[in-house]
This record gives sequence, structure tokens and C-alpha cells, in this order.
Amino acid sequence: MSPLLNMLKKEIKELLTPGTILPIIIVTLIFGSIGNTMGNIEQEIQQKPMIALINEDSGIYAPVITSIFQNHSTIVFNSSSRSEKENAIETVKQNNGAAVLIIPENFSSNILSMKPGPIEVYWIVKGTGIMDAIPSASVEGLMYHAQRQISEILILQSNASSNATLVLNPVIEIDTTNIKGFEYPNISPGAIAQILSTQSTTTPIVMMMIIIIAGGMVISSMALEKENKTLETLLTIPVRRVSIITGKIAASAIVGLLLAVIYMFGIGYYMQSLTFDTGTGPTSFSLTLSTFDLLLVGISLFAALVAGLSLCMLLGTMAKNYKSAQTLTAPVTMLAIFPMILTMFTDFDTLPLALKTLVFAIPFSHPMMAQRALLFGDYTLVIGGIIYVSIFSIVVIGLVIWVFTTDRLLTGTVVGKKLARLKRKR
Amino acid sequence: MKTVEVTNFVKSYGKLEAVKGISFSIDKGEIFGLIGPNGAGKTTTLRVISTLLQITSGTIQVFGINVKQQPDQIRKLISYLPEDAGAYKNLTGRQYLQFIANFFTNDQPKQMVEKGIIIADLGDRIDDKVDTYSKGMKRRLLVGRALMNEPKLAILDEPTSGLDVRNAQEIRGIIKETAQNGTTILLSSHNMLEVEYLCDRISLISDGRIIVEGRPKDLKQRYHAENIEEVFMKVVQ
Repeated sequence: MSPLLNMLKKEIKELLTPGTILPIIIVTLIFGSIGNTMGNIEQEIQQKPMIALINEDSGIYAPVITSIFQNHSTIVFNSSSRSEKENAIETVKQNNGAAVLIIPENFSSNILSMKPGPIEVYWIVKGTGIMDAIPSASVEGLMYHAQRQISEILILQSNASSNATLVLNPVIEIDTTNIKGFEYPNISPGAIAQILSTQSTTTPIVMMMIIIIAGGMVISSMALEKENKTLETLLTIPVRRVSIITGKIAASAIVGLLLAVIYMFGIGYYMQSLTFDTGTGPTSFSLTLSTFDLLLVGISLFAALVAGLSLCMLLGTMAKNYKSAQTLTAPVTMLAIFPMILTMFTDFDTLPLALKTLVFAIPFSHPMMAQRALLFGDYTLVIGGIIYVSIFSIVVIGLVIWVFTTDRLLTGTVVGKKLARLKRKR
Repeated sequence: MKTVEVTNFVKSYGKLEAVKGISFSIDKGEIFGLIGPNGAGKTTTLRVISTLLQITSGTIQVFGINVKQQPDQIRKLISYLPEDAGAYKNLTGRQYLQFIANFFTNDQPKQMVEKGIIIADLGDRIDDKVDTYSKGMKRRLLVGRALMNEPKLAILDEPTSGLDVRNAQEIRGIIKETAQNGTTILLSSHNMLEVEYLCDRISLISDGRIIVEGRPKDLKQRYHAENIEEVFMKVVQ
């Protein structure tokens, strides 16, 4: 067995413990179950609301209301007498319905005499959560639809020469959106932003999760080697320093990716439950990536992962024990969160130069920006980013190898010693 | 050719000079002991010979190979047992020995592991996780690890540190046997009686300097002492 493979095998065995996997699985299950609950929203919206209908009006406008509710809701109780109200309420409650609608006998006559026609609605709400409000929102939607129909009838009856629908909708917006030189007909910027939001949210979150999980592992792995006093043995056996470093980075990357996939399964399910199918998918507007683009995103992600883990390895060499390793993960976490938030809410091209430089300098930003940049043909940013991140990784790995050949790894950093001297002086 | 040749060796940590120009040599198959109080420079010397730390000045050669210039070559010949060494807690004793053996040989790692298991003598517990071992069991495993590859030079820092009498005696026996089989041993210890029992030659080190060197028997005669502990006290005074 090659030293690298031997090292990798040991590291994976050390990292993949129930203690590492269980918290991730628990979080995944929690997010998954939240997602499952949220996922019912869409189902709920698509379901017809259940109502009771009491129609006392025999006029000409009441049928407009009743026909809409007959077609778009499930009427569990139907009557023509208000005296049945209590029975209606009870039936709706038993059927987990939303409302009891009472059309009084003066409904049509009021409208005919140019007064608003009253409709009494007795709402039955189960709770105060978002999902509990969905059935009543559906009934309100039907009410709005009914009002519009009556408005159209009234406009027609007033002998107006205009088309009633036109009077109610005098303006129609025909959108063409130009983003970074690309023209998208029949779609507004808001709709594009909504389509892109899922895509541009997932990659940054995945990247951040991998960096935090795998980075923490690398730092902890180095800290544990020191704390458990295994590092000295490792450094005196015939294995090249680069094999030790590569083994640790590769094992953390593999385990980190695995845990991130498990984690993202839960998060992904959760995120999916928050989006509704509007029928305007990314493919309808050519907002998809080609195989080559996806390959570039993959390379960018891999390069950033190696860069991140190398950086963590460098920080890990400074860790004295497991406790100090926890503190050292903070700067890496910040470096991962900062571009994640930035890329979710802004575009790299619209940033001021100073911020642009800062974002470019953080290796984790590149895979987060790659997907969006490739959608608009910005290959320079993506390929340039891959080259920069690769150079960054080589430099950092070089630094790690250098630290491994010096006394610093075992005796601590120069900064640490200066601090200790200062403390003693005080 | 000497197994170890240390000449005017100095090791500094910043302004602190931990070892102040010591020289000694070790012959093949010899058990050589570095003894002295805490902070005398014993562990630093062993760590430098083991290629863990860098030399500030002077030269150290192991089998004629310069430690500073060819550390990778040295690592193939030596085995180092640090004083408070540990093993990977999530591995079993056997897995730990396998992990180390794989770095030394591609041909017969199983044979090497079996030797390690015999030296460690942990019985069925060899297949339990290291995390469940007592201090004594852990130390036996580490001694097994350090000697299973039949190194040309074994560097043992306080090999019986923290062990009970029975375990310590067994480990001393293993060290003697290993030396008889041709391995050169360089060890450090606080335990003067242990050093007297084990070592062919010793160096007394204090404050980074070797203050006296020789065979335990000769030193006792020279200082009219009953044991090495008395020699040490007389020399230090």
C-alpha cells in the first residue's frame, strides 16, 4: 500500500466516527422534516377549499358567486336559509373547511340599486401558522375573482361601449429584459431573479457547508495529532511530509463532501419546499448551463475546496490542542460566509473595486460566483478564478510543507512565543 | 563506523540555548543512556537525532548519514518512541500496528505486525480500540510499534515512564533482547537504576552539557558510589 493511501485510509477511519456523522444526520432529518411540513403548503394551495354556502338571494348576481364556488371549491353544506348557519359551521368544522358564506336576500337588489351587495363570511381558522392561513387565502382569492366577474357584468350593463375586461385591465406589460448584454423576451427582471435565486443560493450554501465541515476536520485532525501525541511518531516514520499533508487534506475533502451531501439532502429538501412551480423554469429562458459550463463549475468547486483545506491545514499547524482548533476555524468560517452572503444578494460586476478585489481574493468566492457568471458567458472571471485559486493552493501547500520541515510544528509559532513572553513580563 | 556520532551539537529555541555543544558517539548494538534532570536537554537531543527538530549548529550523523542533510534516509533506519506518545484512539491496537507497518514494508507488513503484537503482548485486547487501553497497555503497544520493524537504531525517550513495576520490568527485558538482536538503543531516563541495569554506557547531562560519560561500572568506581544515582549527585555537586 502506498504511504499516501495508507495515510488516507487511516484519516478516513479517524474522521468517520459516529460522533462526526450523527449530528449531521440529525440536522438533516430536522431540516428534512421541516421541509416535509413546508412541502404540504403547495399541496394545500392546490387543494380546493372546503366551504358551506347559504344562499338566500334569488336575484341575478348571486349565481355568479355560487357558480364560481361550485367550480373552484368543495361545498360541504348547501342551504338557502340562514337558520341553518349553526349546522353549516359545524359541518365545515368537521370537514376541516375554511368558511361559511352567506349570501343575504338583499345581495342582488343592493347591487341593482347601486349599493354594495353584502356577503357574510364566517371564517374557521385552525391556527395562526402560515399553513393555517392557506385555505382562507384560497377563499379570498375566489371572492376577488367573483367580484371581478360582477364588475364586468356591471360595466356591460351600463351600456359602455368599451370592453369590460379592457376597462379593468387597461395596460398590459410586454417585458424584454437585458442582463449583461443577453436579451430575454417576455420576462421581467423580478421573474428572472426568482428563477436564478434557487440556482445562485444552492452553490454558495454547498460551498460554505463543505468548507466549514471539511476545514474544521483538517484543523481538528492536526490538533488531535498534537493533543494525542501521535504527531511526533508520524514525523519520524519514513513517509514524505507531502504524503501526510495530502492524505489529511484528501481524507477531509472526501469526508467533508460526503457529510455535505448528506447535509444538503436535508437542506435541499427544505429549500425545495419553499419554492413553488410557476411554470417558468430556467429552461424556458435559456438560463441553463452546458456540460462544459458544469465542468468548469466542478473544477472551480474542487480548486476552492483544495485551497480552503490547505488554508485550514496551515491554521491546523498552529493549533495546540482540540480546544484551540475550534477557535482557529472561525476565520475560515468567516471567509466562507462573507462571499456566500455577498453572492446571494449582489453581483460581482456591480461591486465597487475594493470589494471586488476582496471578493476575488477569497478563494471560496469563485465557485459561488461561477454558476451565475457562466449563465451570462463570463468565462474570463471563472477561468481566471480557477487559475488564481490553483496558484493560491500551491502557495499555501508550499507554506504547509515548509512549516512541516521546521521546528514550528512542534514548538509553536514565533507569534505564540512573543505573546507568552509579553504575558510573563506583565 | 559509529551508529551515532554527535559533534559539538547546539540547539537553541530563540535566545534560549537548550543544548550547549555536546559530543558523544554510540557503537553498533550498544544501549546508550542519556540521563539527567528535567530540562537538561535529553529530549531535545533525542528529537534532533530523530529528525523532528533542526540542528542549530554542530553535526549529527547516524550510520554516517547527516541528520540535517538527509533526514528522509535517517527515518528509514530509526524508530523513535517519544516520552508521552499516544496512538490513534479510533483504531484498534492491531490497526495501529498495521498502519505503521505499511510505511515500512510493502512485502511483509503482516509479519511485522505479528512481531509488534508479540512485543506488545496485549492478548485479545489487541483488537480493542486504543481508547479503551490503560496507560500501561498503551505504552506496551507503542513499544511494540517502535521495535516491530527491527530498526537499526531505536531512540526511546523514557521507555518505562508511568508504568508499574511489572510492566516496566517486562519492557526492560524487551529492550535488552532487542539490543542482543543487533539493534542499537539510545534511551533517556530519569530512573537512574533503570539506566544502570540497561545501559552499556551512559552520559550524564545537566543544563545542556554532558558532565560525565562512561560505563556505569567505571563511573561508580571513579566516584566511589554505590549506584548511578549517587554518581549523579556527586557530579552535579
